[in-house]
Amino acid sequence: MSGAEFVPLSLTPILIGVFAAIACALPGNFLVLRRQALIGDAISHVVLPGIVVAFLITGTVTAWPMMIGAAAAALLAVLLIEAIRRLGGIEPGAAMGVVFTTMFAGGVLLLERSDTSTVHLDVEHALMGNLESLIWLDAFGWGSLLDPEALAGLPPELLRMGLSMIGVVAFIWLFWRPLKISTFDEGFAQVMGMRTNLIGLSLVAVSALAAVAAFDAVGSIIVIAMFICPPAAARLMTDRLGAQVGWSVVFATLSAVLGYVLAGYGPLWLGAEDSVSAAGMIATMSGIVLGLAALFGPARGGAQG
Amino acid sequence: MTRIALASTNGQTMTGECPETAPMSIRGMTVSYGQKPVVFSVDATFPEGSMTAIIGPNGAGKSTLLKASLGILRPLSGIVTVFGRPLNSQRHRIAYVPQRASVDWDFPTTVLDVVLMGLSRELGLLRLVRPRHRARALDCLTRVGMAEFADRQIGQLSGGQQQRVFLARALAQGADLYLLDEPFAGVDAATEKAIIAVLKTLRAEGKTVVSVHHDLSTVGDYFDRVLILNTSKIAEGPVADAFTEANLQAAYGGRLATAQVAGIPAAG
Repeated sequence: MSGAEFVPLSLTPILIGVFAAIACALPGNFLVLRRQALIGDAISHVVLPGIVVAFLITGTVTAWPMMIGAAAAALLAVLLIEAIRRLGGIEPGAAMGVVFTTMFAGGVLLLERSDTSTVHLDVEHALMGNLESLIWLDAFGWGSLLDPEALAGLPPELLRMGLSMIGVVAFIWLFWRPLKISTFDEGFAQVMGMRTNLIGLSLVAVSALAAVAAFDAVGSIIVIAMFICPPAAARLMTDRLGAQVGWSVVFATLSAVLGYVLAGYGPLWLGAEDSVSAAGMIATMSGIVLGLAALFGPARGGAQG
Repeated sequence: MTRIALASTNGQTMTGECPETAPMSIRGMTVSYGQKPVVFSVDATFPEGSMTAIIGPNGAGKSTLLKASLGILRPLSGIVTVFGRPLNSQRHRIAYVPQRASVDWDFPTTVLDVVLMGLSRELGLLRLVRPRHRARALDCLTRVGMAEFADRQIGQLSGGQQQRVFLARALAQGADLYLLDEPFAGVDAATEKAIIAVLKTLRAEGKTVVSVHHDLSTVGDYFDRVLILNTSKIAEGPVADAFTEANLQAAYGGRLATAQVAGIPAAG
């Protein structure tokens, strides 16, 4: 594949896919260790109506309205869960399940009934993302990477996803110690004076940021594979948290690159004429990596025996 | 011991000689889960250099009292002072050893790493772990006889070894007040011996030790004070005064087996 074809058509989607995968995998490590893996799923469900409403109000798919809409939806979800739990006397798990699915369904319906013909926002993209469309039409080859004019035409999603990833990396790096200690032993962390509630809440907020930023790339359903699969596979490779996080980045990158390439070219190699969903293939690759780690990972099976 | 005996002859069984600066003083502590109080209006003082067992039947609120005193649980009411000051200003002087079963031992970390967690107040957010920190952590592991396990994944340890690692982490904190939640639950005899030896050394250094304890037959050997609890406080004071059959009957009621009472003085 030549640069002239690769750079405009594949480079930016692959980069966005990799950034999204890493941004989700990093907090995913702690979510998995805290037995909160499905928080990522919950967040991605809940924020959909927020994103749609933000779009309906502003008429564009841009970063800040989407983030604000997502945050408002998450807040509403928390209030609804608390209200249902108290008024109905239902256990929290059931209250969450009801709120998440209802809000998500509401988002889907809202999206179906609204006019989104001018932008890439429809039900299919909301569910599975739109990675293939995030191409760099101003590029003509590798040389475009040094060409300011071409660089100006980079898809804005690339910058957004890149910045989100940097934000996530900074958070994990800065709060590594409190995250680790409060995940392992919350009571001990509290007695030491750590604000464990705040740490837990920040982790969820950072996960939400990653989920919303990854919305363009992989939609709101498949993003859960990015939160869970690379960290879970990484846990099976090592018994050290630092190494686990390292492995999760490797697996996230591998799944994103392989997934994108196989989605685009795999069917051609098999004789078909079209391609398949990149997000779907990335999630599938993540699952395959996890399966292989479960079969062959050196730290599998739990240490307790 | 003399100091504690003096305190008790004052007729002050509720407090030590110097309650306003005691390592920990609890006043009017009430904690409830839902409507039902688990700990009701408990006053307690743990004097400096003492070693107190918190005993009582299952569900008596022993762990709950400890957690509420440390701010892990929110009490309905109650005031806690640590060395005469508010808890939040004295956290650096407290080491807490939670119940071993309260954490996930499958967590991807090593024995030495867990002990290094005890240094996290001085390491702060971003300071690197230096060789001198490692040496200190290793020294704490040596004190509990676990140095050779420093590089093991924590899930590979036996229950007793895990408990010793937790104690080593507490030692690394270099605290003045040690609060332990059932440190002897499910550990082997060798570990129990090792832990009690370390705790007695701490007391000899003038540190204060408080431990939730289950085995009534060892109270007299291990501790010099008891706090007997059954939601409310039944008794508090030196073992010789407070650890009596009458008080135990009051706390345990019919649940106190005769075998458990063997060797306990009939009257105080």
